[in-house]
Amino acid sequence: MPTAATKEIDARGSFCPGPLMELIRAIRDADVGDTIAILSKDPGSRTDIPAWVAKAKHEMVEISDEDGYSRYVVKKAR
Amino acid sequence: MPAEILVLGGGVGGSRTANLLARQLPAGSARVRVVDATGLHVYQPGFLYLAFGQANGGWLARDLRSLLRRDVGLIVDRARRIDTDAKVVHLEQEGPVGYDHLVIATGSHLDHASVPGLTQGAHGFYSLKDAERLREELRAFQGGTVIVGIAGMPYKCPPAPVEFVLLLEEYLRKRGVRDRTTIKFLSPLNRVFTIESASQMVAPIFEQKGIELHTFVNIESVDPDKRQVLSLEGETFDYDLAVLVPPHRGADVITASGLGDRGGWLPTDRHSLRVEGVDDVYAIGDCTDLPISKSGSTAHYEAHPIVEQIVAAVEGRAPEPKKARYEGQVMCFFEMGDRKATIIRFDYDHPPGPPKPSVVWHLAKWGFNRAYWYFVPRGIF
Ligand SMILES: Cc1cc2nc3c(=O)[nH]c(=O)nc-3n(C[C@H](O)[C@H](O)[C@H](O)COP(=O)(O)OP(=O)(O)OC[C@H]3O[C@@H](n4cnc5c(N)ncnc54)[C@H](O)[C@@H]3O)c2cc1C
Repeated sequence: MPTAATKEIDARGSFCPGPLMELIRAIRDADVGDTIAILSKDPGSRTDIPAWVAKAKHEMVEISDEDGYSRYVVKKAR
Repeated sequence: MPAEILVLGGGVGGSRTANLLARQLPAGSARVRVVDATGLHVYQPGFLYLAFGQANGGWLARDLRSLLRRDVGLIVDRARRIDTDAKVVHLEQEGPVGYDHLVIATGSHLDHASVPGLTQGAHGFYSLKDAERLREELRAFQGGTVIVGIAGMPYKCPPAPVEFVLLLEEYLRKRGVRDRTTIKFLSPLNRVFTIESASQMVAPIFEQKGIELHTFVNIESVDPDKRQVLSLEGETFDYDLAVLVPPHRGADVITASGLGDRGGWLPTDRHSLRVEGVDDVYAIGDCTDLPISKSGSTAHYEAHPIVEQIVAAVEGRAPEPKKARYEGQVMCFFEMGDRKATIIRFDYDHPPGPPKPSVVWHLAKWGFNRAYWYFVPRGIF
């Protein structure tokens, strides 16, 4: 079972830096403790998203490979 | 009855589309009119040079009427609302104007107010007024920490802030204040800017010129009193001079008409450039939501498939498939400082492989700055 999230964003139609920018926008709007799931087909997300989450001191909860895309779950930690 | 074709906005995309339409449509088959809020056509790439005191006033702005063919009508007025069901655009002064085919070319708009402290604390070069004010600030600058950054994505001409910082480094060196200045470039991404291959080319040049690159800096606010830029990632940057690109939005008329997304960008088909979900409406240039650079060059190439589709509709034939399809072409010159530049060319399927920076591309950009007025808005070339 994939981890449930407070908000799910489908960024599969958008390419670099689209998915990361969608995540950043969602983090801005979220409350501390919320989890955000972002779906991305962009291979660049694999490095970009975890690197940004670490720098911004949020929490990378899970990365899962689905059929032709990946799902990144991030928790807003501060 | 001639077909009514209305073009909203007389910038790069609007003026070029209107002139090409008027040239290609059979005489008497249609009336082409441009609506523009200012009646001026502004060459925005010139702002970059203006900030360094290098721009020639003659290539910054011209009367739009002088760039349109005689058989293209011009209405100097502001569009307030588009009613795609009734096929009517409501203008501020003239009231409702009907259309059979509509081209939206209303550009992107700076939204300084959405970043607290930006207006009071930072300079910019993305408008004529900001670039003029920055020019005076740079003339008086005696050293300290300069920050160049991007306060919101997407923004037009992705290379422009990088070009600015490289030209700034050269400018300060020539003025003899470089050794008293720290230059920091703040990028929202994990590299210099959106295009990977060009970022790889720029990174060593930054290093060689002593420009500090700070990645993943998404600017949240500016504190004008403490002279600090604060990021969403929790960092604080002190500055003596901050030069920031403000966040961009689509035109108010798009939001007021319920046509745009959250940022006021029009949902646009990536090949036909039709606005999704409505009939006979096209979007060109900065106003689209396409995942490519917002640039004059994008608008330049997008004009052709739109023109083919509208001309075909007026002539009652099917559009020629190849001519009617936009493939994501973009081409930009990219200044690197010290009279060197490169060129970035790409489309949806082919990422750019920029050539080594050289004086040839620098001269080509200057040539283009002059030639622009004769070719681009007029639809020649
Ligand atoms: C500093 C800087 C450097 C740049 N350098 C380059 C470069 O080197 N190469 C490049 O290709 N691009 C460059 N650009 C980007 C380029 O200028 C824009 O992408 C381009 O102008 C977009 O064209 P457009 O037709 O979509 O919009 P614009 O040219 O901005 O025109 C929009 C027009 O719509 C009108 N309008 C808006 N709202 C309304 C309304 N409601 N009613 C009526 N009229 C309205 C405006 O008055 C304006 O005339 C640069 C931009 C800047 C700021």
